[in-house]
Amino acid sequence: MEKRHNDAVKSLEDIAERFYDQLEKGEIPEMKISTRSKNNIVFNKKMGVWKYGRSKSSRSAKKLKGARMILRTLYMMDFIRDMIGDEKSSTLREMYYISEGWDKAKFGDQSESDRLAEDMEIVTDCLREDFKLRPEEDGARLIGDITIKERTRKGDIREINCRDDVGDSGYTIPYNVEEDKVNFGDLGVDFLIAIETGGMFDRLVENGFDETANALLVHLKGQPARSTRRMIKRLNEEEGLPVVVFLDGDPWSFRIFASVAYGAINSAHLSEFLATPTAEYVGITASDILNYDLPTDKLSKNDKKALEQELEDPRFNTRFWKDEIETMLEINKKAEQQALAKYGLDYVTDTYLPEKLGELGFF
Amino acid sequence: MGCHVDSIAEKLAEKQKEISIGEFFERNKHILGFDSLTKSLVTAVKEGVDNSLDACEEANILPEIVVELEEVDDREYRISVEDNGPGIVKRKISDVFAKLLYGSRFHDVRQSRGQQGIGVSAVVMYGQLSTGRTTVIRSKVKEKDYAVEMEITMDTKKNKADIISEEVVLWDEKEHGTRFETTIKGLLRSGDHSVFEYLKNTAIVNPHARIVFNCDGDTTVFKRATDQLPPPTLSVKPHIEGIELGTFVKMAKECDRRRKVSSFLVNGFSRISYRTAREICEAAGVDEKKKPEELSLAECKKLLKATKKVKIMAPKTDCLSPIRSMLIKKGLKNVLKGYRPEFYAPPTTREPCVYSGNPFQVEVGLVYGGDLPSDGAVKVLRFANRVPLLYKKSGCATTTAIKNIDWRIYGLDQRGGRGMPSGPAIILIHVASTRVPFTSEAKDAIADIPEVVDEIERGLRECARHMRTHLNKEKRRKKVSRKFMIVKDILPMIAEKSAVIVGKDPPSLDKVMTKIMGVVYVESSYQWNNGHCHVSIDVNNYTPRKRKLKVYLEKPYPDNVAMDTMPEPRTDGEYLEWHLETLKPSGLQQINFKFDNGLEKEDMDGLEIYIEGIKGTSLIGAEPLPDDWDVEMAEIEKE
Repeated sequence: MEKRHNDAVKSLEDIAERFYDQLEKGEIPEMKISTRSKNNIVFNKKMGVWKYGRSKSSRSAKKLKGARMILRTLYMMDFIRDMIGDEKSSTLREMYYISEGWDKAKFGDQSESDRLAEDMEIVTDCLREDFKLRPEEDGARLIGDITIKERTRKGDIREINCRDDVGDSGYTIPYNVEEDKVNFGDLGVDFLIAIETGGMFDRLVENGFDETANALLVHLKGQPARSTRRMIKRLNEEEGLPVVVFLDGDPWSFRIFASVAYGAINSAHLSEFLATPTAEYVGITASDILNYDLPTDKLSKNDKKALEQELEDPRFNTRFWKDEIETMLEINKKAEQQALAKYGLDYVTDTYLPEKLGELGFF
Repeated sequence: MGCHVDSIAEKLAEKQKEISIGEFFERNKHILGFDSLTKSLVTAVKEGVDNSLDACEEANILPEIVVELEEVDDREYRISVEDNGPGIVKRKISDVFAKLLYGSRFHDVRQSRGQQGIGVSAVVMYGQLSTGRTTVIRSKVKEKDYAVEMEITMDTKKNKADIISEEVVLWDEKEHGTRFETTIKGLLRSGDHSVFEYLKNTAIVNPHARIVFNCDGDTTVFKRATDQLPPPTLSVKPHIEGIELGTFVKMAKECDRRRKVSSFLVNGFSRISYRTAREICEAAGVDEKKKPEELSLAECKKLLKATKKVKIMAPKTDCLSPIRSMLIKKGLKNVLKGYRPEFYAPPTTREPCVYSGNPFQVEVGLVYGGDLPSDGAVKVLRFANRVPLLYKKSGCATTTAIKNIDWRIYGLDQRGGRGMPSGPAIILIHVASTRVPFTSEAKDAIADIPEVVDEIERGLRECARHMRTHLNKEKRRKKVSRKFMIVKDILPMIAEKSAVIVGKDPPSLDKVMTKIMGVVYVESSYQWNNGHCHVSIDVNNYTPRKRKLKVYLEKPYPDNVAMDTMPEPRTDGEYLEWHLETLKPSGLQQINFKFDNGLEKEDMDGLEIYIEGIKGTSLIGAEPLPDDWDVEMAEIEKE
């Protein structure tokens, strides 16, 4: 058993012991955990990312809901302990199905068990990988001139050049991208572009933009998985690659950017591992919609609500974002990345990105 | 020029001739409740059933009514209503059924269903107008061993019956009773405005009646819920309070010439003694010896004004026949049991009041929860003198009163605190009066008389308060049952799992359990066995402290003692009293006994249990002993 897993089991046992002691002393079992809402994330100057603040929520067995959560926590702990003892690992989904057999401790749906797994990270200061839990979603893909040294299932190190050794779909980011699994070799790129949609990623690949711009292209696949964000963070921190983010122009893309650059509300306890504070937003901006006269859709009710919530979100409390959000509300329009195809398939690589990246000093 | 005007007036005069009542109603049949095909069927059944119920009650007979409805042609229905009433003597049959404004109760000041004498003859007339068919009446009086059967039509010009045939028939299965059968144009619908709904509601407020409904071959029986007839109603003189000036003047003019004003007041109105009459005259500055017919308009006005200054007793109430709480509840339970409502508010019978000299009395019932539909407006059952009102809901005093109340504070949804409330509830409103102030002859709705609306509102609030208390109790009960789930199901699992992880024995939970619960929980259960009610009361101390508790119980039976009581009660007077041994945290004491108070299971409400030694907020399933316990007991004794 590796030390990191051993330590994780120890932390879990400590928490169980706390519950046990409370009961023995005749106290109502209770646990405290950082409040996981946008009202409780604060900017950490030292790390340059947004982390949970001081506000704590209490889960007490005095209330039915709290009692259930404590019971679930104990069942999950016991499960993880057994699993690590047996040298196995499981996906979050597998754990959810196993929890079906936990009687009064079972979950309503998988989002509840996923969230509790995150709670355990918060209270133990461990990563869910330490618990041998992993998400089922594959990380996204990347293409560009970088050599990655990946430890295979058999234990040997395989060197993969992500431009020359991969097919058109690129290198798939594994769920574990920590040093025991992934390390970096030669680097032939100047910066990294994270792209929201598969369609745009493929367009840049087909147009050979990775080579013409000397860029590493990373597909985010919508709201990016932890491993994708961790990969970007490591490339930025360890290899010094500047990061730019190219997304749709709508309120949801703003949130994707925030989770890449500032830290996500749901995983703010890990922001220092996952967020890349120096990442820059290329577009599509609200002003792009006007300047490039892009085809648009009207904002839906939910879009507007999301924008208004973002105005309240401390992470967006900068001049740049206030302007962007307010402009979008004002013009009442949103646009997709692929709306640029209005001017031809090469427009994005020949005109738009060179112009926008030029403004940022990359081109 | 002048000459020309004259001739027009003359011409008009030629056209101005008297129209008969029959003709008038023929043109205005909407006034009588025949404005739509669906409504016509309901009205026809209603008039027949009202007559039958009135007749039975007057003769002190438990009503047995059979209503039959059969479609004989496209949109033509044969209706028959048969009762076991006293029957009608032969020479009166044709008048009762075919003379408008003929009736025994038109001149009475008393509570009855039919009042104007329009009802059933209007059905005969409508049938005749819409289908051209005749009406057949069969009636048998107790004194005769045969029945009379008569086929009639109505002469609307002369306002009398044309008798087509008349014969004597045997009707052996009936000792006495009346059956009338006619055919009208109509349309059978289901829902809120249906014949079925009307009969169902009639059954609710007439629990002493057995009603059989035979509709195109399907039979529904509304069983009798009680053998108790409503007490007979008496005729009374009008009450002076609020009587209109015109009526007063007319009464004075028509008064016996030999009388003085004082004796006119005493004899013409109820609740006025000679002393009161003199006080009124004095206050009005009118000579009490004056002849009433000589009273001037101004004097009449003064006299009426003076009545406000003099204390006059409220009108006699024995002319009213409220249904009374117990029977309203029985009626509601009898008909609504399919919905398994979770709560019947104790029905309210308000004290009689007066509007324009007419005594009236309001009763309200409220049923909540169970399988009653919870979406949409609350259902309202409206009644006037025990007759269901199905139409013109929005223009009815009952609706006005309901809308006047902010139901949100009582636990029902209501948008903005105005309008009809919504939720799983049924409200019953009954207005009994010697003269119900209907908005029209169709008797569909009660007029918005302020006094009446006020009284309804008060009754509603009384029931609503009970509902609120119930809902609050229910809320607390739910909270406690959630806590039960914690301590009974979840906490032991938490203890076990944490013990497994740390590798120790599960800890004792008594203290934590009592900390979470923090209440004394009283659970009572009732079982019926061989006519005995077996009661068991569990007193659980789920507080973290030791408790010394006393349990009090009003005796659920009048005379006979409780049997097999375990443990023995300390006293056995008007109430039972137990002083329990000190209960440790998580301790339980059970009390068992049985009794027989002659009540059926359905009629018995739960026992009221009182506990001393714990504050009310920490007590579930029982009431804290009130400070005025002794006073309350004394009142019970008096009753």
